[in-house]
Amino acid sequence: MKAFAQLFLSLDETNKTNEKVRILKDYFNAVPDTDKMHMLALFTGRKPKRQINSTLVRTWAIEASNIPAWLFEESYHVVGDLAETMALLMPETANSSNKTLTEWIAEINALADKTEAEKKLWLMESWAMLDSQERFVFNKLLTGSFRVGVSQNLVIKALADVTGLEATVLTHRVMGSWMPETYTYSQLVEEQDTDLNISRPYPFFLAYPIQETSEKQKAPAEVGAALGAAADWQAEWKWDGIRAQLIKRGGEIFIWSRGEDLATEKFPELHPFLNALPDGAVIDGEILSFQNGQPMPFNVLQTRIGRKNLSKKILEESPVAVIAYDCLEYKGEDIRYKIQTERRVILEQLQAATPYSEVFRISALIKFDNWDELGSIREQSRAMIAEGIMLKRKSAAYQVGRGRGDWWKWKIDPLSVDAVMIYAQKGHGRRADLYTDYTFAVWDGDKLVPFAKAYSGLTDAEINKVDYFIKRNTIEKFGPVRTVKPELVFEIGFEGINKSSRHKSGIALRFPRILRWRHDKPKEEADTLESLKALLGE
Amino acid sequence: MAKKPLLEFTERGIYCARGKFYIDPWKPVTDAVITHAHADHAYPGHRHYLAHHLSKEVLLYRLGEIQLQTVEYGETVLKNGVSISLYPAGHVIGSAQVRVEYQGEVWVVSGDYKVEDDGISTPFEPVRCHHFISECTFGMPVYTWKPQMQIFDDINNWWRDNLHNNRATVLVGYSLGKAQRILQNLDLFNGKVYTHGVIENTNEALRRNGVLLNPTERITPDSVKEDVRKGIILAPPSSVGTPWMRRFQPYSFGYCSGWMAIRGAKRRRAADRGFVLSDHADWNGLISAIDATGCESVYLTHGYTATFARYLNEIGFDAHEVHTLYGVDEEEASPQPSPGEGEQENTGNGNDKNESKVLSSDSYRNGEDPMAIGLDEAGGSVS
Repeated sequence: MKAFAQLFLSLDETNKTNEKVRILKDYFNAVPDTDKMHMLALFTGRKPKRQINSTLVRTWAIEASNIPAWLFEESYHVVGDLAETMALLMPETANSSNKTLTEWIAEINALADKTEAEKKLWLMESWAMLDSQERFVFNKLLTGSFRVGVSQNLVIKALADVTGLEATVLTHRVMGSWMPETYTYSQLVEEQDTDLNISRPYPFFLAYPIQETSEKQKAPAEVGAALGAAADWQAEWKWDGIRAQLIKRGGEIFIWSRGEDLATEKFPELHPFLNALPDGAVIDGEILSFQNGQPMPFNVLQTRIGRKNLSKKILEESPVAVIAYDCLEYKGEDIRYKIQTERRVILEQLQAATPYSEVFRISALIKFDNWDELGSIREQSRAMIAEGIMLKRKSAAYQVGRGRGDWWKWKIDPLSVDAVMIYAQKGHGRRADLYTDYTFAVWDGDKLVPFAKAYSGLTDAEINKVDYFIKRNTIEKFGPVRTVKPELVFEIGFEGINKSSRHKSGIALRFPRILRWRHDKPKEEADTLESLKALLGE
Repeated sequence: MAKKPLLEFTERGIYCARGKFYIDPWKPVTDAVITHAHADHAYPGHRHYLAHHLSKEVLLYRLGEIQLQTVEYGETVLKNGVSISLYPAGHVIGSAQVRVEYQGEVWVVSGDYKVEDDGISTPFEPVRCHHFISECTFGMPVYTWKPQMQIFDDINNWWRDNLHNNRATVLVGYSLGKAQRILQNLDLFNGKVYTHGVIENTNEALRRNGVLLNPTERITPDSVKEDVRKGIILAPPSSVGTPWMRRFQPYSFGYCSGWMAIRGAKRRRAADRGFVLSDHADWNGLISAIDATGCESVYLTHGYTATFARYLNEIGFDAHEVHTLYGVDEEEASPQPSPGEGEQENTGNGNDKNESKVLSSDSYRNGEDPMAIGLDEAGGSVS
């Protein structure tokens, strides 16, 4: 665990990519293979199961810190990270432990069938034998809130250097639902057959935005100048659902979301068509709610995503289908190396053969002769319930990750309103102890009605100025939330707007964010609820 | 009949009506007692200043020609029958707590303070009083400092490590206080100490005041880059990311501040290394200092005042929050990165002009990169 705590600390202490890769390599070279696999699991988002609920961890941490509960909460708001808060508040110890990461995780997992009293005893003893940096990573493991400032790509790069394998191969091998307890380092490196192969998805190929930000629009002519001949490109609508990979292998089916969550059980409507596919097929596509053959806005799909049990009612109200984009494996062969048009032919054949064409749809190709024409087609995106247009180079293979060059997304301009900030809350992580989470309101008569929360869009310098304003213009405090003097006006951008009975304003926005600070506008000139509702398009 | 308190909080600062003087006022007054020379405590524009004699040269450097009376620790000055005396606050060289007494009633204004002996500022001395006016910049239990020798071991090891890897070492800290504290604790067997002009100006002022500081060399355009890269560079927060700093690339940049105790703040600063080193008292330091005064009531001027007041009341003190402008201008009083500080610099602080005059004549003399100086002023924390 010492090595792991040091790894965490060292990674924190540099902003340089090369340095981070060097630190990761040093770690891989220094620790036993089982630790390597645990580290890899943690750094690729595979958290250990939470064995003690966070309320109990918190309660016992307060006890170990010997401070009142309210002061613990206040400290948490300042630090912005629970694991760190607990590590900072506990008294220093002179003790030390030589247990490895693997041993600690095994102990955590062994808590599953312990009583509450046994868990408490174990936790108090564990805290007492760790120094503050070790305690911090230990708390991270325990509370399952494991995020590091290192992308999976960097970890893979370091691992590629250490093993001599290609990064794309490793990216593929660390996908899917493996457990560090059973997937060994030698299996990873030597790729002996494991049971994992049957369910393992391919790394997704992701499109690069044509506009660097949604606020920097590109005209069709500029797009053409950057991408060349229109005839070299395939265009499709950019659908707004859940990107997924659907697998049929060895008579079994698997549905993976892009976040590498196995979501097979979440979409029972898709099972019949998957079962009917020939064996050894992998399809890349978007899962959306459909009704009467029409895609529904994302918020309809959202109502069923978080549910544990899919009731009959939900299945009726929000039935899903998949719009297939691509075929990655056919008859058991990895065909990602084939060019776009060849893969498309195979996909079309697969789709044409399905008896379930209502659920297994195909992403229609948009016919266009030149960029201007595509530019005007793009204007219809919102009516199509699409986010814009996807451009794929006809001669390109299916690649790994987000690369520049062969796949582009050309999103539509966001909708926007001018709104007044009325509440503020402190952020987390890098934004801890700074007011960075804001609630915005529009006018309803002479009242300001909150309608959206937004966290991003301002520069660090602007955040500091807003924070400075908030700290000096607080009207009331409700726990961590401050009511702020309504004065600052911001332009809020969003991708879509829908009716919502759960919100006071009666509307819900998709992806709200701050486009810019309207220094030029007094609060009286902010938009009205009426003008927002007009965007509902009814 | 309720007696009027000896000290009160006004919109100009802490005021003694009986003695007709202010302590650390932020608006121009006739008679000001100054705890220390940091910009949020020593404002320009007062007619008469009283401070500790070790603050003299720095005050003159920062505020220009002022009418200044200086005293020793423990020496008593009478103003309209009210006796005033200064006691060491341990914050920076020359920093003082102000003890005010009239007819047996004693008030102490802490200014900024720390309880650890940093080896260069006269160590903090608790003063018995009825009413204690205290800062609480780090009045949260997540802030607990390690002994400074541990931190300096880390700093010296990091410097050595940089030398091995052919990286320059840039260490950032406030120009008055932190810079000298670091300077006196560096392992000079590693190499020479190079300073940014703003820090060197402060060092020179202190040396004029008779303070013995380790040798330093001012960085000028004539400095040989490769020599400087083998030493350690002391720079103020405002120089971070400027062309002045970038010319020493590749370098590792360390930041010394109490805010570095928190990962989020450290990541915001984007420093390669954050060293938790503060000239303010930590949580335990604040409580022990307040307890040692034996005071009946404590007034908290800046920092996490609400939280700290609530806690003190729970453990049996009579604590109150008061609103002041302290901590607004000072680099360490805010966990925000420099752009915010630059913004704050302009609030009610009239000394910008003065400082820039000093700086530009200085930069002219040394032929320094005017760009870097310009940014320093914008960065704000130089004063």
